[in-house]
Amino acid sequence: MHELVVLSGKGGTGKTSLVGALAALERNQVLCDADVDAADLHLLLEPTILERHDFYAGHRAVIREDRCLKCGDCLNWCRFQAIAEDFRVNPLLCEGCGVCWSLCPADAVDFPENLCGEWFFSETRLGPLVHACLGVAAENSGKLVALVRQEARRVAENQGREWIITDGPPGLGCPVIASLGDASAVLIVTEPSVSGQHDLERIAALVDHFRLPSFVLVNKADLHWPSARAIRRFCDLKGYNFLGYLPFTPSFTQAQVEGKTILEYDNNEQIKSVLVGLWEKLRQEIQKQNPS
Amino acid sequence: MEVPEIDSARCTFCGKCQEICQFNAIAVLPNAALTFPELCHSCGGCFLVCPELALISKQRRIGTVESGARGPVRFTHGQLRVGEALARPLIRRVRQEAGEGGLTIIDAPPGTSCPVLAAVLGSDMVILVTEPTAFGLNDLKLAVAAVRELRLPLGLVINRSDVGDRRVHDYAARENLPIFLEIPFDREVAEVYARGGLLVEELPEWRRMMRSLWERIQEELSGTRSEKLVAGRGISTSATLRTKHA
Repeated sequence: MHELVVLSGKGGTGKTSLVGALAALERNQVLCDADVDAADLHLLLEPTILERHDFYAGHRAVIREDRCLKCGDCLNWCRFQAIAEDFRVNPLLCEGCGVCWSLCPADAVDFPENLCGEWFFSETRLGPLVHACLGVAAENSGKLVALVRQEARRVAENQGREWIITDGPPGLGCPVIASLGDASAVLIVTEPSVSGQHDLERIAALVDHFRLPSFVLVNKADLHWPSARAIRRFCDLKGYNFLGYLPFTPSFTQAQVEGKTILEYDNNEQIKSVLVGLWEKLRQEIQKQNPS
Repeated sequence: MEVPEIDSARCTFCGKCQEICQFNAIAVLPNAALTFPELCHSCGGCFLVCPELALISKQRRIGTVESGARGPVRFTHGQLRVGEALARPLIRRVRQEAGEGGLTIIDAPPGTSCPVLAAVLGSDMVILVTEPTAFGLNDLKLAVAAVRELRLPLGLVINRSDVGDRRVHDYAARENLPIFLEIPFDREVAEVYARGGLLVEELPEWRRMMRSLWERIQEELSGTRSEKLVAGRGISTSATLRTKHA
């Protein structure tokens, strides 16, 4: 079993559309949407939800008005300015450190576990999908990422599926770090711009940190060829596997609007052959590096 | 950020610091104590409970903050060290640079979770930049829910407004969300952006659009915050919250 994690650093490079395309080509996979902050993969796959689970993580302080002596100690202790002058905790600022709860002289602070979101196990036309929805303004997205990946792995083992294709979170922080442990390889989807290249450099350095192989794809390459070629040179120089260029095409957006992957949407032979070649190269390289 | 270091000459291994730490950043064994600074949220709880004053305050570098200026515009950005998980303390630090008075524009991270909140909290208005696609609409709804939780006024900018369908427009009408600006798709924009150019300097049309956007923002803010404006302090903060696909 191999897990390919698809990342981008910056948003809007076409990461999710590409995950959909790879899924339509491979078929023998479990899909995992680890972009729990703003999950989008389900929009292409129209899943039927088979299981639904609450996700609890961390705690939040709640001050009980009936017990509070308004001594003000907690206001001084709290480093997150989460307690207002009227001794109410702002749940959006509380980081769940528990200092007020542990030390309150009147024992007036409750510290309940925090409902941070939900996760789902679903069936789709392109195979099983594990996905999640982080609560509005919730924390602990890293833990939820770890959880959906662990579930996807379990499903892949049970059903004997060879691949897990994981749609990763944007950025570089805790959810991305949580998406990398034990993965087989990372596909970085970037775009030809100054910011695309900058984010690629940072995300590839993070992947190096985990000693995982990075594969790089430049989407919308024809929007600015000089930047696209600069990205290729950067990959060659650093030893990242450069996979290829995809042209800019409105088909990706149109397919998305209709809830389809690009391969199901139109018969653009050029895009199709690029994608087929790309996935073939990617799967062979990963199989070679991780014989299972 | 501040993290603890254990002074082993003073530590009696009583375990109180481990007990209060919710982030498993301290492990106390029968005759040793270890800290894991990368897990520390800098809440200060361990310093408060240690009866032996055996914790030493250390500063840990999680990233860099850089500031500069271009003409009258001051600019500050933070860069998280690669491999560092917690963005929130760095975002708070970057925002401290803004100071009072004048206008502050914040380019917020994508998504709806803790780093976004750290970027948006305490601002006067949020602009959500979206696009009329399935992904755009889905992420926009999540972002609108998050901003409404904070009770901040918000407005939409629809980028690439002619590429998808009308569902984002319909949603905005249904939810009474004002659309401040629509920007049609333009290959030239992608090219200027790709080479790192500034749109308002290279495309005259963009000067006009951005000026009308700014006028619209001022109009909205004067409705809700007239006192502040009359008092001449202007708008202290204005946040730009990007949805992911914008």
